Amino acid sequence: MTGLRYVYAVCRPFGTPLQSQLTGIGGAPPGLLHHHGLVAVVSQVPEADFGEEALKAHLEDLDWLAATARAHQGVIDALTTVTTPLPLRLGTVFRDCSGVRSMIEAREDDFRRTLERLEGRVEWGVKVYLDPEPPEPAAAVAARPGSGRDYLRRRRESTHAQEDRWQRAEAFAGSLHERLCRYAEDSRLHPPQNSTLSTTPGQNVLNAAYLVPRKHSEEFVETVDRTKGEAPGIRVELTGPWAAYSFTGEGQS
Amino acid sequence: MTTPSRFPEPYGHSSGANLADILERVLDKGVVIAGDIRINLLDIELLTVKLRLIVASVDKAKEMGIDWWETDPALSSRARRDELTRENAELRERLARLEELEPGHVPKEAP
Repeated sequence: MTGLRYVYAVCRPFGTPLQSQLTGIGGAPPGLLHHHGLVAVVSQVPEADFGEEALKAHLEDLDWLAATARAHQGVIDALTTVTTPLPLRLGTVFRDCSGVRSMIEAREDDFRRTLERLEGRVEWGVKVYLDPEPPEPAAAVAARPGSGRDYLRRRRESTHAQEDRWQRAEAFAGSLHERLCRYAEDSRLHPPQNSTLSTTPGQNVLNAAYLVPRKHSEEFVETVDRTKGEAPGIRVELTGPWAAYSFTGEGQS
Repeated sequence: MTTPSRFPEPYGHSSGANLADILERVLDKGVVIAGDIRINLLDIELLTVKLRLIVASVDKAKEMGIDWWETDPALSSRARRDELTRENAELRERLARLEELEPGHVPKEAP
């Protein structure tokens, strides 16, 4: 059986060893491949799962994808505690170690530049949700509309109320984003999440990522915490610290 | 259910992260490198779009009891085939019954 090499991240050499029980995809322990003054974090994966056809089929399987994504993220998380990793996209696979080495050689200038830019920084995720609409008061439901006109008026009123709530949530999200940008060196606005996949109730109004120096993280988190309960019907969620996934690209503002 | 993890904290990072948070990062973000195993980036992009739109795999949907497309002739070729078979059987049966009612009936000869 042949094994392929799955690459999680590229880092600068770091002194602290990885957790000894750390496992990556398929339960394999990730190892460090040093080359040209950089480190690739690599584990072996079976060709049966990561060969071209197999991988293509697996990517369509949400359960497989979820498990693999969590394993990938687990390794990145562990790296984030000891260094500033440059996370690679899920599914970066090579035939053997020499393939990984050639890749490092081809991209080393890029890697160094980006690692330098991200050094000592983490990513925080902040999402703002508009809570699900409160149920109509019982009285309003009980009183059947007397006429078509009544019905239309009521429909209009409820639509207006919904628009008001939405506008208030957007204004809140805008002001929060502004406040958070004071602590962040950079930010990205991601598309709002689908509530079925995130299994989070309410409508996602803001889905943002912030690049924050570690030394400002405490203040950043406190600022987010202080907004909780600031606006009724609006929820703020914080995730992180993440490796700087959203800020790995070149030439971004 | 989101307890923001404070920094610094050794492990248990990214707490409060849901599957969508993780997928949006590991699939959509991060450095793109062409490995030896080609993943069509277009596939991944389509996949993330699909994930945003539909979420559950067919099997998952079935597990959750969502299987209306299997019996809806407009959506399932199998259902359509079943429907035809059923209709066919019913017509044969009716024809047989009619023929029984007319013992002296002789099928008209084809021209």
